[in-house]
Parts: sequence; C-alpha cells; structure tokens
Amino acid sequence: MTTARLTLASAIDPALRAALDGLLLSMADDEFVIGFSDSEWTGIAPILEEDVAMSSLAQDELGHAAALYALLADLRADGRDADAIAYDREPAEYRHARLLDHGRGDWAMTIARRYLYDTADGVRLEGVAASSFLPLRELVDKIRREERYHVMHATTWLERLASRAGEPRDRLVAALEELGPHAATVFTPLSSETVLVDGGVLAAPMAELEARWRATITPVFVKLELPMPPHSDVADGRTYHGEPFRWLWTEFTSVRRSEEAAATW
Amino acid sequence: MVIAIDVIEEATVRGALAEVSDPEIPAISIVDLGIVHRVEVGSGPAGAIRVELLPTFVGCPAIEMIKAAVRDRLASFDRPVEVVATFEVPWTSDRITEAGRERLRQSGFAPPAEPSDVHCPYCDSARVTMDNAFGPTLCRSLFFCRDCRQPFEAFKAV
Repeated sequence: MTTARLTLASAIDPALRAALDGLLLSMADDEFVIGFSDSEWTGIAPILEEDVAMSSLAQDELGHAAALYALLADLRADGRDADAIAYDREPAEYRHARLLDHGRGDWAMTIARRYLYDTADGVRLEGVAASSFLPLRELVDKIRREERYHVMHATTWLERLASRAGEPRDRLVAALEELGPHAATVFTPLSSETVLVDGGVLAAPMAELEARWRATITPVFVKLELPMPPHSDVADGRTYHGEPFRWLWTEFTSVRRSEEAAATW
Repeated sequence: MVIAIDVIEEATVRGALAEVSDPEIPAISIVDLGIVHRVEVGSGPAGAIRVELLPTFVGCPAIEMIKAAVRDRLASFDRPVEVVATFEVPWTSDRITEAGRERLRQSGFAPPAEPSDVHCPYCDSARVTMDNAFGPTLCRSLFFCRDCRQPFEAFKAV
C-alpha cells in the first residue's frame, strides 16, 4: 500500500482516478438523496422540535453532498460544476444505495432509515478518514464531527420507539423489516475497489467495512430485541432506481429543468 | 488622492478582518469565531491579498455572505482580493477566542462545551437540559435552564 499523499486531482493516475470517481459519487449521492428525503419532513414533522431537527439534518447532508460533488467536479475537471453533477443527470445515473430508495414513509421508517444509514455511513467515513487523497481526508475529518450529532439523534429515537410497546414498536419493527434487507447496500462493493485500497484511499474493502458495521450495531439490536438486518445479496445495490427515487428526482430537479438557462443564478 | 502603500502587513489585514462580524451573531467577529485561517499578502504595491476561511459546518449557508463581507472590508486596500473556504484544518469550537466566548455569553449563547458541561449563559447554572441537539442553525443546540427557566442556545462542540 502506498502512503503517498495525493493532493492534486490532476496528479492521480487514471485507474485510481476512475475508482475514486466511483467512491465519491456513491458517497455524494447517498448524502444527497437522504438529505432530500429528510427535507420532506420540514413543516410536517410530528413535533416542532423534530421539524427543526429534520430540517437541520437535511441541511447538513445536502451540505456534505455539495462538498463531495465539488471534490468530484475538481477530479473530473470537465467543466461541469457540483450543481451540474447533482441535478443534470437522468435518474438511472444516480448511484445511491438501495436502502435510500424506499420513499419517506412514516416516522418509524424515517428513524429506521436514519439509524441504519447513519451507523453505516459512520463506518464508511472511518474507512476514508486516513485517505491518501488529501482533499477527501480533510473534508471527512470535518463531516465526521457533524455526523456524531446525527447518530445521537437517531439512536435516541430508535430506543424511544423500541421501548414503547404497541404502535411505536410495531411500526419500528415493520420499518426495520422493510429496510433491513437493503441496509447493507451502503457497502455495495465498488468497481476497482482493490485499486482504492492499494492506493491508500480506502482502508478496507466494503465487505470488511460491512462486517465492522455489523459488529457496531449488533449490541444495540440485541439490547432492544430488534430484527438485525440480514445480509444483502441484491445485485443492484447501487443501480436500482425505484418509483420512490423517480418521484424524488422529479421533485428535486423540477426547478432546474423548468428553465434550464435561467437556472444559472 | 490615493496613497499607494507598498507594504501591507498580515497583521494589518487581520486587524481589518476583526471588524467583520459574523452575520448570524453580529456581536462576534469572524476572528473571534476562529474561522480566519491563513492570510497572505503578495509582495509589491499590487500584490494580492488571499484569505482562507474555515466554515464552521460543511453546509454553512452563511459562508458566501462572510466571503462577500471580507471582500468588501478589504476593498479599501486597493489590491486584488481572493477569499476561499477550505477544510485544510477542520474548524473546531475550541478555535473561538476567550473574548469571543465572553461575547457569546453576553449575547445569550452558551459557548461550545460537551452537552454534559453546558452552563446557562444567563445565570451560569449547570442545571440545564438539552431540548434538542439541533437548533435554528447547524452550529447550535437548544437548551433550557431549570434554575432561571430560560431557554437558550448552546454552540455544539465539534
């Protein structure tokens, strides 16, 4: 493994550049899609405090997505900026995890999705925290400090819903049963993953990160007697585009598409 | 008549930046907030001034306003000005100066501390509860003081 620090995108060899492109796109699309899903709660959350919290979470995630898309734009250097990458793609070109393609659902679905995603994302971020690609390493150092509050929020609510017998717990279990089979799609192996590991960008293959994630969440699921997410064997962990995502895509691109020329602010 | 100044010291630029307020909490300057990172002044009478800022949060929407305010303040130096945001070192809440922490308290905000160590900015009581980890801006949480019965906002420790 090389320990050379890569600071300039232009100095990266083409194979590593392509692999890095895939990694950044998957991370950015995940944050972008969950950020938009969270923002759907603005104005309609069950209590005012959660309205504020979900809006704040959405703003954090969209901010992370914007910064990751900006890194990607620098890496590609093809004249397309972060906005163009975020908005000017066809639905089939997005690479978010299938976990995030279930629609907003009820509050329990939202909490289950947030908990599964936040814990998985935390392990993934740890996996790039010592990345040889310096701009990513610097950004992730910053992002991890913010994600700590996300995990606190999701964990508090998971425990709250799990410990109230009846409707709260029933809904949470139903949500975990629906989302669980896709939770591990956050760790869908990337093409050229070995290039990333050998190049020092990623600490370990996705399969190993998934194992670390399972070790992290197992005590919580055991304690709360919740159904543990099964292993995911879907082949389209990051290439599936269901109706929920297509609806979301129509929403978040609507202004941009309405008057393409005018969307240059 | 404009007098061309050949040499501008970095400290002079930092002094000017100390007059730029945070747009969300005008009582505190961007220097006290600890978001001014590197300041460079190019040599010669037309050498460019470059200022690097550290966003408090990745998605901070105020950063563009702050960049514009910095450019406005430095315009009087009559040199090219470049203001950029960087994550080269993460902004952490311990970058807020002691003077900045005092100004936050005077404005009714608890300076950054671990949630278990937050004190009420009004009566200094430690009998406070966190109502919500997420407040009206990305960098603040909502608290309530059980002694003076005031709700207040505390900066997140990051």
